[in-house]
Amino acid sequence: MAAHLSYGRVNLNILREAARKELREFLDKCAGSKAIVWDEYLTGPFGLIAQYSLLKEHEVEKMFTLKGGRVPPADVKNIIFFVRPRLELMDIIAENLQPPREFHILFVPRRSLLCEQRLKEQGVLNSFTNIDEYILDLIPYDGDLLSMESESAFRECYLENDQTSLYHTAKGLMTLQALYGTIPQIFGKGECARHVANMMLRMKREFAGSQNQILPVFDTLLLLDRNVDLLTPLATQLTYEGLIDEIYGITNGYVKLPPEKFAQKKPGEGGKDLPTEPKKLQLNSAEELYAEIRDKNFNAVGAALSKKAKIISAAFEERHNAKTVGEIKQFVSQLPHMQAARNSLANHTSIAELIKDITTSEVFFDNLTVEQEFMTGVDTDKVNTYIEDCISRKDPLIKILRLVCMQSVCNNGLKQKVLDHYKREILQTYGYEHILTLNNLEKVGLLKPQTTTRNNYPTIRKTLKLWMEDANEQNPNDISYVYSGYAPLSVRLTQLLARPGWRSIEEVLKMLPGPHFEERQQLPTGLHKKRQQGENRTTLVFFLGGVTYAEIAALRFLSQMEDGGTEYVIATTKLINGTSWIKSLMDRPEPF
Amino acid sequence: MTRPKPEDDEYWNSSKFSAFTFDDEDDEFTKMKESKRAVNSMLVDDDDDDDDVEKVSWSGEPIGSISWSVKETASSIRSSGEQSFPKIDITPSLPKQGSGYSLSSLFKGKQQVICCSAFTDTSVRAYAPELRKPKSECKDYMSDWSPEETVRRMRKGKVFSLERFRSLQEKLLLLDEAVSENDGNVITAVLIYLKKSLSKEILFRELMLREIALRHYVHYLKEMGEQKLLVELMKALGRTDDMALMQYKEHLNIKDEGQRRDFLKNCLSLPFSQDDAIHVQDHYTLLERQIIIEANDKRGDAEIFKKFPRKASILNMPIITTLYYSCFYHYGESDGTFSSPANIRKTFRISEKQYILTALGARAKLKSWFDVDSLFNTKNWLGYTKKRSPIGFHRVVDILQKNNAPVQVLQEYMNLIDDPELKLSLAQKYKCHDIVIDTYRDLKDRQQLIVYRGKVERGSKEDKKIEELLCNMQIRWKN
Repeated sequence: MAAHLSYGRVNLNILREAARKELREFLDKCAGSKAIVWDEYLTGPFGLIAQYSLLKEHEVEKMFTLKGGRVPPADVKNIIFFVRPRLELMDIIAENLQPPREFHILFVPRRSLLCEQRLKEQGVLNSFTNIDEYILDLIPYDGDLLSMESESAFRECYLENDQTSLYHTAKGLMTLQALYGTIPQIFGKGECARHVANMMLRMKREFAGSQNQILPVFDTLLLLDRNVDLLTPLATQLTYEGLIDEIYGITNGYVKLPPEKFAQKKPGEGGKDLPTEPKKLQLNSAEELYAEIRDKNFNAVGAALSKKAKIISAAFEERHNAKTVGEIKQFVSQLPHMQAARNSLANHTSIAELIKDITTSEVFFDNLTVEQEFMTGVDTDKVNTYIEDCISRKDPLIKILRLVCMQSVCNNGLKQKVLDHYKREILQTYGYEHILTLNNLEKVGLLKPQTTTRNNYPTIRKTLKLWMEDANEQNPNDISYVYSGYAPLSVRLTQLLARPGWRSIEEVLKMLPGPHFEERQQLPTGLHKKRQQGENRTTLVFFLGGVTYAEIAALRFLSQMEDGGTEYVIATTKLINGTSWIKSLMDRPEPF
Repeated sequence: MTRPKPEDDEYWNSSKFSAFTFDDEDDEFTKMKESKRAVNSMLVDDDDDDDDVEKVSWSGEPIGSISWSVKETASSIRSSGEQSFPKIDITPSLPKQGSGYSLSSLFKGKQQVICCSAFTDTSVRAYAPELRKPKSECKDYMSDWSPEETVRRMRKGKVFSLERFRSLQEKLLLLDEAVSENDGNVITAVLIYLKKSLSKEILFRELMLREIALRHYVHYLKEMGEQKLLVELMKALGRTDDMALMQYKEHLNIKDEGQRRDFLKNCLSLPFSQDDAIHVQDHYTLLERQIIIEANDKRGDAEIFKKFPRKASILNMPIITTLYYSCFYHYGESDGTFSSPANIRKTFRISEKQYILTALGARAKLKSWFDVDSLFNTKNWLGYTKKRSPIGFHRVVDILQKNNAPVQVLQEYMNLIDDPELKLSLAQKYKCHDIVIDTYRDLKDRQQLIVYRGKVERGSKEDKKIEELLCNMQIRWKN
């Protein structure tokens, strides 16, 4: 069912199994029939851990979403609330209680004294048989990818200075080490990275008594603050998966697509019965074709799809060659697999068509041109007329903010006059209440006035080779293919760490925010890995504050590089794109 | 898993939620509480921390203070669904050795114990700490827990007591220890205790020296909605901009426009940064004005409202939208009225560019080509009118085209575009053949003209025009 998790360099199914076991144990604690009342936000992340069948096996008969009023009637003994530790949810729970039934709360990912106090104030704390926590820090998302699925992590860390999610990160990494062995080397860049490493080292000291006897699977952990590289998520991702996320948004591994292109066209039915519900698809490496094309630059996807189409139709043609009973039998046995491949191909052809409509549009092209101008340092110090035009056309505010922030980042801050001009235009066109959002963007450093006349972005760009003129989209030889020219700074740092090491870029590291550091964790004797000749190292790269699909693609590209020497597993607080990221920083995401 | 199985969908969809009513269950609940209370006053090793009634035990200590109450083995979980005695022996379902991994077994303490006792504890204490007996005779070993031990226990979810930390110094040691462990949950619990047991001034003073604790405190106050205290804290910290914005943000929660306006008016006196102050002033002025305009226009007496009924109210719309509205419904009003475009433009310091764009959009929508014309007409000193625009004429053409302007109007403005390339691409896009042909003629580009001939209809006016040009011997073609 989740076999794709075990195909990677590191078998992440172990982590998933551990999480499932934990869930089963909790469910069995509440003996008898039960109903689960869900904090709706949690259903997505839980879906990555368990299907309904698992719950059903443990006598979960009904499921509801948590909302005001009473839990609907259900003939069950136990009512279990699966909730995040949020005060407002406690109030709703208090409303929902209605004996005679046994009530339980499962806090995800951690219980909170504050919430329990609120339940007490509401006079209901007594009504709970079990109050427990379900530690769901790192969720296996794909064979080489872990996510905490914590939407607000960046906002909390960098805007509100709330480090709770960093604590969860450290805890999650401790869990990971308990399952996969102590990670001997820790590198990091950024304030939050430093903080997480400190917490990890401290937690390790607390377990000093019990040595971890598991042979380390990971050689290195790299902790990266998102604010070390604010530029990358602002750029439009140009990989297949990245574009699906940019345009339709991938949530907890699922995407919802406009249904028109997916209608089954059968002769004679004409145009009737067009589906109106969005088409929901799961996207992960369990799907062979998707695993093959997800990380390609979109311009290389068409060719890959048509190649695949030829292979599949050739396979179907085989039936004419099947003469003997044995041959026919063999052909038939392959049919299910072939049909699945054909469906998969049909789906992705439709998605690629949908995306192509957008990528070939003038709007997309113009936007991309401006982005690339900024990233290459063209005219970043004056008011950009394209941005002005977009504002006067009332394009979505998030699009404007992405561009303005990008210009600011690529210019190491905007001239006061330029910044004021943008601000005024934005407030006048989109509403004065957005001073709140603009202030937030300034606080996290995405938007800022120039304080020195020295712009160090060009130095960073040149030293780290962030812009490659001749990016090869079809047969890439460098990570810059994921943004058709721009090599994501975060991934470049990762690449340089593996070879030749950060010492070669000390100067640039100093220009980026936060400290960089290296720590070592002692391994018990006997656990030192003896590396075989030519065996790759395994590095876990943790993005604190979010990572984009294009960055993941770039890291996968590095993993697959011949004589790259390092394979990467990626972990993050949340999978983001420029839009979802900026949205999380807005104080009023929706207009009136 | 959101929608697990079709058979469940039916349930999800059909289930109706009725409002909560306090009926007999409530009674039952009170009874339950009563019986529990009775039990509690007899039991010693129970930590009843859900009742705020002060009960006194044999030792003279109020019940609920953990320092006497609970042994570690006695769970404080109210494990009893049926009003049984709280002293329940919980045998936690620990994963058995060798049964594979379980996340919780890796890190959790041996037991799950709820430890909100700290809260009751302090609420009892806070009244008169000095009246409290010196360390009681039956001195509990727990009361000797160091800050380290206490924080460790809190993190592990074991029973703990904060009330033994009485002096300021002890409390601060506890706080520092909690902070050094980074567990936000514990830090918050300690902060709640300090909030209840220290004066505001002292707490603020100490928090200012402790950045991380301060952040957690701010977060806690936000979470609890303690706006007033938060504002005081911000003031004390000298973070006045933040405070002002935080208060301003509240307006988003006010639905009624009158109240919202009044709230914004009150915000004007807040210590915003210079720039923000101007924006907030504008915000207030705008809403005030929108309320006046709305009151007048809602009746829709004027002809224009009958011809083009309003689709929505103008309240809370951005200023540019308001200006558009004004250019649409109130064009030509004298400068003196609140709703006239000129007045709005002046009051809100709208740039010429923005004004022209907005007015153009509104007048083009109404197909008032005369008004469009006069937006760009300027007279030079000789009295000739000339068209001038602060925005590129290609943008003007775009806007006109979007509003279905007739070809003559489009062509007029297209001809004003200086850059021939741009002119050509727009003309081709919007099929203004004359302009394409003329431009190629001006560029002396015979080849392109021949190519373009294929795109116009045979025998049409345009076709003939190209024919004539190609035959014209006077033109010195470049190719």
